Amino acid sequence: MSESLMAAAGEPNPLVPHTVEIVLGAVVFLLLVAAIAKFVVPRFEKAYAERTAAIEGGIAEAEQAQNEAKAALEQYTAQLADARHEAAAIREEAKEQGAQIIAEMRAQAQAEAERITSTAHAQIEAERAQVVAQLKSEVGALATELAGRIVGESLADDDRQKRTVARFIDELEGSAN
Amino acid sequence: MTIATVISAASGGEGFAPPGPADFHLPPLFGEVTKPMVLVVLAAILVFAFTYLAARPAAVVPGRLQFAGEYVYGFVRNGIARESIGSEHFMKFVPYLFSLFLFIAVNNYFGLIPFIQYPTMSHFGFPLGLALLTWVLYIGVGIGKHGFLGYLKHVTIPTGVKGPVLVIIMPLEFLSNILVRPATLSLRLFANMFAGHLLLMLFAFGGEYLLFESTSLINGVAGVLSFVMFGAVTVLELLIMFLQAYVFTLLTATYLGESLADEH
Repeated sequence: MSESLMAAAGEPNPLVPHTVEIVLGAVVFLLLVAAIAKFVVPRFEKAYAERTAAIEGGIAEAEQAQNEAKAALEQYTAQLADARHEAAAIREEAKEQGAQIIAEMRAQAQAEAERITSTAHAQIEAERAQVVAQLKSEVGALATELAGRIVGESLADDDRQKRTVARFIDELEGSAN
Repeated sequence: MTIATVISAASGGEGFAPPGPADFHLPPLFGEVTKPMVLVVLAAILVFAFTYLAARPAAVVPGRLQFAGEYVYGFVRNGIARESIGSEHFMKFVPYLFSLFLFIAVNNYFGLIPFIQYPTMSHFGFPLGLALLTWVLYIGVGIGKHGFLGYLKHVTIPTGVKGPVLVIIMPLEFLSNILVRPATLSLRLFANMFAGHLLLMLFAFGGEYLLFESTSLINGVAGVLSFVMFGAVTVLELLIMFLQAYVFTLLTATYLGESLADEH
């Protein structure tokens, strides 16, 4: 490769394409396109599609989890409300029961008091009746005694008493003979 | 090879011979096979190997390689194809556009990889071949969608334009949409790679010449500066090489989108 050779060939014109290069470049490139279309692009697309699916699946999963959490929250809230409601009902019932119990006790106490009162009345009545009966008999005896006394007083003059006594003694002596 | 040329030229007392188009025309490696021909095949193999290994696991949780592959794939699929073609039809063209982007990018980056250091696309034949494929594809898609005459009308008559002005508009639209597109598409890529590589060669050879073939101190400083510029241009090229692959792919997707559009 020397000056002389170049001079002989002249300055080559770079704008004149070589047919062999056009054909070779085009053919090699077309083979490359075919190979890439067959082996490379489908795999890249597959990876893309799978990734998209994975991401979308992940999003769907997250959405589902969120929905589940929301449902659980709603359930808990509902349960809590129920519990509150129930507690309120129980409290109300207890209050009612308490009131009822108080009323019952009151009624019972009143009844007891009445019973005691009536028993007392009956007892008093009985005692009174007894006393009255006793008094009646005692009053009779007393009256008799009082009457006897009064009558006896009139007879209690010494003479009369002595004669009565004497007669009594006489009667006794006569019976003894 | 070229360095030897320069050095021999320099030592021959003829001064610095700047690199030119001749430096792109290397002798065949064997038979008729030249370096760019080998590189273009190597690029295809590399692209397929990388994407195949990256795509093979197809895992939901990607490894590093799969992540890298998916990043590039998603960039072309969503950033270029879906944006330009629309979500209805774009999937059909994703393999083409994905291959196109990586194939051009790898061929471009060959220009910076040590021991390869040759951007395949600086040989006009390769970008032209790709541009012709794109051309056939978008015209084919357009005819498939609208029918031959329908596509011709679709391409040449912009919506809302009526009357005698069409006489001027129609040839211009035909020219720009059908004839010029493959040329601009291929030339843009070719010229960027060609110029970038030429610039890199210029700074590399120039710096070398200034440093080693000259005893002057100023030339030495200039030589160091030249290598600094070489580094800066390399960084710039890193960007351009990506950008050209992106632009080529994006324009292809845009043309396809236009062919599939209902309105012009």
